[in-house]
Amino acid sequence: MSLRVLVGVKRVIDYAVKVRVKPDKTGVVTDGVKHSMNPFDEIAIEEAVRMKEKNIVKEIIAVSCGPQQCQETIRTALAMGADRGIHVEVAGKEYEAMQPFHVSKILAKLAQEEKVDIVLVGKQAIDDDCNQTGQMTAALLDWSQACFASKVEKTDGELTVTREIDGGLEVIKVKLPAVITSDLRLNEPRYATLPNIMKAKKKPMAKKTAADLGVDLTPRHEVLSVEDPPVREAGIKVETVEDLVGKLKQSGVI
Amino acid sequence: MMAFRKWQHSIHLSFPQLMRSGSQTQIRSVSPRCCIVPVHRMSFTTASGPKCKGTQPELTSKKHAKLKRGNFARLSGKHVDHFQSLLGSASQVLTEDLDGYNTDWMNIMRVSKILRYCNDQKLAVVPQGGNTGLVGGSVPVFDEIILSLQLMDKVISIDQMAGVMVCQAGCILEKLDEQLADYNLMMPLDLGSKGSCHIGGNVSTNAGGIRLLRYGSLHGSVLGVEAVKADGEIIDCLSSLRKDNTGYDVKQLFIGSEGTLGVVTAVSILCPQRPKNVSLALLACSTFDDVLSSLKEARNQLQEILSAFEVFDNDSMMSNQTNLKLMNPLKEHNFYIVVETSGSNQSHDEEKLNAFLETVMGSEIINDGIITTEPSKIRILWGLREKITEGLLHDGYCYKYDVSLPLAHYYRLVEDMRVRLGDRATRVVGYGHVGDGNLHLNVTAPAYSAELHSLIEPFIYEYVAKLRGSISAEHGLGFIKSKYIHHSKSPQAVVLMKQLKKLMDPNGILNPYKTLPHTD
Repeated sequence: MSLRVLVGVKRVIDYAVKVRVKPDKTGVVTDGVKHSMNPFDEIAIEEAVRMKEKNIVKEIIAVSCGPQQCQETIRTALAMGADRGIHVEVAGKEYEAMQPFHVSKILAKLAQEEKVDIVLVGKQAIDDDCNQTGQMTAALLDWSQACFASKVEKTDGELTVTREIDGGLEVIKVKLPAVITSDLRLNEPRYATLPNIMKAKKKPMAKKTAADLGVDLTPRHEVLSVEDPPVREAGIKVETVEDLVGKLKQSGVI
Repeated sequence: MMAFRKWQHSIHLSFPQLMRSGSQTQIRSVSPRCCIVPVHRMSFTTASGPKCKGTQPELTSKKHAKLKRGNFARLSGKHVDHFQSLLGSASQVLTEDLDGYNTDWMNIMRVSKILRYCNDQKLAVVPQGGNTGLVGGSVPVFDEIILSLQLMDKVISIDQMAGVMVCQAGCILEKLDEQLADYNLMMPLDLGSKGSCHIGGNVSTNAGGIRLLRYGSLHGSVLGVEAVKADGEIIDCLSSLRKDNTGYDVKQLFIGSEGTLGVVTAVSILCPQRPKNVSLALLACSTFDDVLSSLKEARNQLQEILSAFEVFDNDSMMSNQTNLKLMNPLKEHNFYIVVETSGSNQSHDEEKLNAFLETVMGSEIINDGIITTEPSKIRILWGLREKITEGLLHDGYCYKYDVSLPLAHYYRLVEDMRVRLGDRATRVVGYGHVGDGNLHLNVTAPAYSAELHSLIEPFIYEYVAKLRGSISAEHGLGFIKSKYIHHSKSPQAVVLMKQLKKLMDPNGILNPYKTLPHTD
């Protein structure tokens, strides 16, 4: 039973870069800042590639929504082992206002168009930490969902997924088709090596717009302001336990 | 009052405060041990820090029993009282950031007064920065007083236009680089211990590192030095001028003399532009000749954007995998190269890099590789090279060597050593700044063994001397290697060095027993 997988990969500011807030407080500085694939999406691609190596999956489609530079992110996915890419071009103000709500509609439409069996995305993006796209996509498609996956196994026509939850690990069986979101311990992603980077240049990359997919990108939110978190104040050291109690009482904590 | 341990009378002057000896917060400084394994704080975070497994290294004075303590005074209560009165409120345990410290000029005066007093009283002093040195140059041998500059950590000025930064000696290298980032500048040197080492120590040891290939040595990038001589006299050469040919360039005396000619208190350094685009490639080769071919190709095609070229062998990678559980992103190969480019224009750099990669992959000099411009991946890939030192410590005991050799012989030394040591060694690894001809050869074993040690030395020094290489490319001589100086410097040169030492420090109180061979 060979499945087809759609993997969503988001282009985000690289996690090693120091993020700065724009002086006008409308957002963070992205111009000239190094971006890379969302780490959880790297894990998603890696999982899809491993499933392909085990012959569970026969085709992997990598999709990214955003400006021209998203093609680099898709190329990385192709170099890691995806078969083809789809770039849904969204730019400028529309891109700044794009939310998981819109992305999930795009992914749902593509999943239907491409007739895939699994949609794999990272559990959340490291820039907005929303943790919504996977779940919304499943709801729109009315598919099973298995979020925060740390292990995915195929058993007959179903998937057995181990999920990371607050209390520990939960093992569930989900019927296909399904949406899976990857958690940190699912796998350790491979690096795109030079020969594969060369090969990836020849893999097909289609271009679409949200309009092509019938998705309305009108924002549902308005960002009022973006600010730095308050600077952490220095603590004070006290000499005795009595001092400590005194200070705690003073500050009204006890 | 001060309580001294029975076996040593060393006290730590944590400038400008006095440290009670035996206090938990500064144990490393009170110990007069000088061990070959660097037991020091490093900038990496791992589950278990660097350890020296097995027994603690022997006290230097015991291990080198023939070494006689110099004719220095012994520390006594009256000395301690004097230091306390010099430094003010000295009775409390050192706390950080709480007390307001006096302004900078007061600190340099204090260093001067302390040294003048020590010189008068014939008390020996060890200047100490981050204590990350690898040749025992920053710790006492007997009971020398440690003069730590860690509290002199102010950046005095940054001139963005000129690209010059002036700062005190106790500034940590990594922190300086972070501050310079705001001005689009960077430090001209980078080494594995950047999270702990001080710029004063870097300058005093003429530290090298991974970017020497691009930005040159500190002899070139340090524009000015403020230092205090043994007699307390302040030598102010803290100029920020790029060009100043007025008289003898005496600041050079303090660069690389390992604290034996003066205590560096402030530095003025030329900082390069921070690159807009950094690319890193990790490449794999089958033979060392392929490594050298890649170096030639890199120099040819990358030219001005090449900023680092490092090599490490499969044994180093295996140590990373076994000891630090790091992942090898490429399959097993004999040699791994780290090639870094830094430039101002991404597409320009990419074009050059792609051309280079096409050449080396096409001619099969390179078997496989990874290339990235993502800061997070760059950090991880650099880690594979920078963490080798830390990983090796997990094997038990590590004998560390740092040599300069003609490139043709670079790896032959490692192979010859491996054959020579056979089963006695756990690992013999070779890695380093191949772009500069600098090899770090390390031998690991479960525990220290004099027999193994005697097989390695003086074989390695004689080998290097025959090839007219350096027995210490960048680590310096410190305590461990001072006796081998003749393998790399002529007798007349050493005589001149001793004359300079006598001139600048007649009582020999600054970092005795280090750098120059002991005159017993």
